[in-house]
Amino acid sequence: MSSLSRDEVANLARLARIEMSDEELVSLASEFTVILEAVARVQEVASADVAPTSHPLPLRNVFRPDVTTPSLTPEEALSGAPASEEQRFRVPQILGEEA
Amino acid sequence: MSLTYEDVIAKYEPVLGLEVHVELNTNSKMFCGCSTIFGAEPNTQTCPVCLALPGALPVVNEKAIESTIKIGLALNCSIAPFSRFARKNYFYPDMPKNFQISQYDEPICVNGYVDVEIETDEGPKKFRVEVERVHMEEDTGKSLHVGGATGRIHGAEYSLLDYNRAGIPLVEIVTKIVPGTGKYAPEVAKAYVAELRDILRSLGVSDVKMEQGSLRCDANVSLRLIGVEKLGTRSETKNVNSLRSVERAVRGEMIRHAELLNKGERVVQETRHFQEESGLTRSGRSKEQAEDYRYFPEPDLVPVEPDAKWIEELRAQLPERPSVHRKRLQEEWSVPDKEMAAMINADLLDTVEATVILGSDPTKARSWWLGEISRIANEQNVSVKELAITPTDVAEIVALVAKGELTDKLARQVVEGVIAGEGKPAAVISARGIKVVNDDSALMAAIEKACAEQPETAEKVRNGHLPAAGALIGAIMKETKGQADAARVRELLLSFLGQA
Amino acid sequence: MIRSSASEMASALAQGEITSVALTQLHLDRIASVDKDVHAFLHIDTEGALEQASAVDAKRAKGEKLSPLAGVPLALKDVLAQKGVPTTCGSKILEGWRPPYDSTVVAKLKKNDIVILGKTNMDEFAMGSSTENSAYGPTHNPWDLSRIPGGSGGGSAASLAAFEAPLAIGTDTGGSIRQPAAVTGTVGVKPTYGGVSRYGLVAFSSSLDQAGPCARTVLDTALLHEAIAGHDAKDATSINAPVPQVVAAAKSGDVKGMKIGVVKELNGDGYQPGVRARFEESLELLAKAGAEIVEVSCPNFEYALAAYYLIAPSECSSNLARFDAMRYGLRVGDVNGASAEEVMNLTREVGFGREVKRRIILGTYALSSGYYDAYYGSAQKVRTLITQDFTAAFTKADVLVSPTCPTTAFKIGEKSNDPLAMYLNDIATIPVNMAGIGGMSLPSGLADEDGLPVGFQIMSPVMKDERMYSVGAALEAALLSKWGAPILSKVPALGGRV
Repeated sequence: MSSLSRDEVANLARLARIEMSDEELVSLASEFTVILEAVARVQEVASADVAPTSHPLPLRNVFRPDVTTPSLTPEEALSGAPASEEQRFRVPQILGEEA
Repeated sequence: MSLTYEDVIAKYEPVLGLEVHVELNTNSKMFCGCSTIFGAEPNTQTCPVCLALPGALPVVNEKAIESTIKIGLALNCSIAPFSRFARKNYFYPDMPKNFQISQYDEPICVNGYVDVEIETDEGPKKFRVEVERVHMEEDTGKSLHVGGATGRIHGAEYSLLDYNRAGIPLVEIVTKIVPGTGKYAPEVAKAYVAELRDILRSLGVSDVKMEQGSLRCDANVSLRLIGVEKLGTRSETKNVNSLRSVERAVRGEMIRHAELLNKGERVVQETRHFQEESGLTRSGRSKEQAEDYRYFPEPDLVPVEPDAKWIEELRAQLPERPSVHRKRLQEEWSVPDKEMAAMINADLLDTVEATVILGSDPTKARSWWLGEISRIANEQNVSVKELAITPTDVAEIVALVAKGELTDKLARQVVEGVIAGEGKPAAVISARGIKVVNDDSALMAAIEKACAEQPETAEKVRNGHLPAAGALIGAIMKETKGQADAARVRELLLSFLGQA
Repeated sequence: MIRSSASEMASALAQGEITSVALTQLHLDRIASVDKDVHAFLHIDTEGALEQASAVDAKRAKGEKLSPLAGVPLALKDVLAQKGVPTTCGSKILEGWRPPYDSTVVAKLKKNDIVILGKTNMDEFAMGSSTENSAYGPTHNPWDLSRIPGGSGGGSAASLAAFEAPLAIGTDTGGSIRQPAAVTGTVGVKPTYGGVSRYGLVAFSSSLDQAGPCARTVLDTALLHEAIAGHDAKDATSINAPVPQVVAAAKSGDVKGMKIGVVKELNGDGYQPGVRARFEESLELLAKAGAEIVEVSCPNFEYALAAYYLIAPSECSSNLARFDAMRYGLRVGDVNGASAEEVMNLTREVGFGREVKRRIILGTYALSSGYYDAYYGSAQKVRTLITQDFTAAFTKADVLVSPTCPTTAFKIGEKSNDPLAMYLNDIATIPVNMAGIGGMSLPSGLADEDGLPVGFQIMSPVMKDERMYSVGAALEAALLSKWGAPILSKVPALGGRV
């Protein structure tokens, strides 16, 4: 599996929440054929007896004590908000359902 | 045409699965130092970490890990020697990072169980609910939907987000599938959540308030024809915010599934929302197409490897198991099984216990809470715990009765007054002018009047037929409007009739 | 003065020969005169810098004890949060965002009284090797304005080579400090992963990202390294151990008896002749200085690039999910009736550049169910193999060396339509990030064929960062005595037009 169809790229774009024109989907799909072929090389040496490394350091059990620290002020918290109202972030209507 | 529950269980076997989310009561959030106090002004308990500002990083709250390990131990789980956080990727505006830090294939606690006992046709029966995993994650923010008819998401024009709740530590407790409960599935589900709540409360790790959302239950239900091995399609009911609702939701879903299956229709794998008013569920998100959450190990956090010493320290801190605790109380109070079960079913054991701790006789405490007070709650269609009467009030009233300052009848008036919001017992007594008549001359007048009105009865008593005194005492109590101490009335009456 | 090293400036400040305000103003003037050609900066914080400088001068006047670099100006890569100062990561999606908090690196710079001149240009979200992926236009290499200054930290490196700042901060995920250093004739260090806090560093790939020091000399780099390094409770992946003694190592520059391992796989085919010539020459100089040169083999390095282009996109697809138009940054398409999801989709379409989108999509694919094991999972295994190669190599040598990158600076636009060719730039730098070890690039001269700077890379084991400073200082001293003047004395004059 080392190529992607336009529809597969469209599905990935949907998962990643990026609107894409048809043209962009097609060109990305063709680029991916080349890129995936290159990155698929990892499979040549990734045998079952090799343990995966997800982190470069062997650190364990790093915790913080359960102590409160000062929060931002609501003004600071909302300072970058594209829109706000009643000390809350205002966002467009959420389709779907209550989480 | 609607099926009865009996029709359903005659044909199908229900299979349960329960997912409970518990908000831990830590001082600070799961991954940052923001406070977790409930009900604060919007966005006053947020920081770069829980707002997911660019560059911010999570650091794990040690207390949350300890609480989760304690929960695991209390649920008879193994504590994993190696566990890890993972990112669960999906977009939703109430989740600032657009991924939730959770645990995936390496949860901290696995393979436990909870035993519950329910009343069956054949008497009390024990069911074992197996726990698959207990894992840690973080809560989301809260949205306020503006412009819709009901504040609900549908039809809203826009939403307002408050991230105070975002990042509060959550523990998710997932059962394995629970087969074999038969017609008792709804009761088992309820008893499991109740037992879980009691355990969590005894551990002191959560407020476990279902109505405030600090304990939330998702009930998975599927049906299969009796005798069939293969599991049916399940629905997942969210929003089940009370113990009673757990039972209603399971029962309701069983009936809904059976109706579909009987019509030859398919049960859709989906999330459903329980509606408290109707007891029915409403269709939510379809899960036919599995969400692709693209889990991967959270690179900003390092693995958790609790050593044996730490686990044993935490184990040593575990309180008495609620079931053991109940057995001990039952013995100490000498309560018959049935009464004990009644108290547990009514969810009043802790209330009665609190009253006893305040000095009440266990039998008296129990009879007040399960009798008069429950009756009033029933009448008002609310739960006992919503009434404005506390164990302290009841203990005070029981003490006044014991001292002879109130009769049982007067005590009922005081209870009524407290529940009606007239204040503490002393305030109700003084405002209502309730007091025991123990002025002997007033009583003697009533005694003489009663004997004069019922001469034959008085004569019988004079002749030693003491049971006849009951009718006279009744009349006297009526005359004194119940404010007399019945024991004193009896004493005076018998002496008046030469029987003392 | 602006052509001096940071330590020379620091001593001039300490001697009272110049004030920090004056020194800062000299650099601001230089920026004003040359940055329209170089475009190293995205934001110049004139007011903040002068305020900080005058505060240092006041402290010095009161006789307070100051840190070694107090009062010296610095250029900060625009990927680190600085309270109240625009932080864009070279992206449209963060245009105008002013963080309400300081990254730990910035807090440490402030604590050390290092004056922050402004924010430097970079490939968008640090994805790139040329700074051409900045949404705000490319940075130009001071050696030849038609060429790239490397990336992603091209702005930081170019600011040093253009004498706009004597110190800079970069971040290195696959070579973003070292490759720009190599192509601009400057010094850049990627410390051991976890040596410098990532708190406030806008994440590209969390398990690879590391902030580090950039300067024009090895000693200056070491001084800045010590200023920003150390354990941070806000970063769970930060190492709780003393900072390696890098300043002492840079001052001594002693390599007698040290074993220097040449990585067989990071040389040869695909490396420009001038790059190889300067590399061989440097090895001879190190041997003359008393080091023993040995050859080591790291057979799995050939898979590093492939693994990197799975791990980094995977992590970035998740890290960049927060840029969704809800809480900060750009919001596009919020018209009547639009849903949050539509606004997210449109904002991310407009707000992200092509390379960022390409990597997000690639990462989304590599993590998706059904492909995880084949791609992300396999890449993690390669990571294990690379680390094992390093472990084995470090039993034979104290440090490992290679050319920093296969070529000198290429022309702007030359590779921008060929992602794979662009990715090859990082072939020698990526293994270091995969294993979390330390890496340095310092200039080893100019390539004969194009007269452009060539970088020499030194790699040291985890938390043995001092070793690369010893070797770097020794090579720098040997080259300086050979050349008679620092390499940057050869950089063409800039700012003829005022």
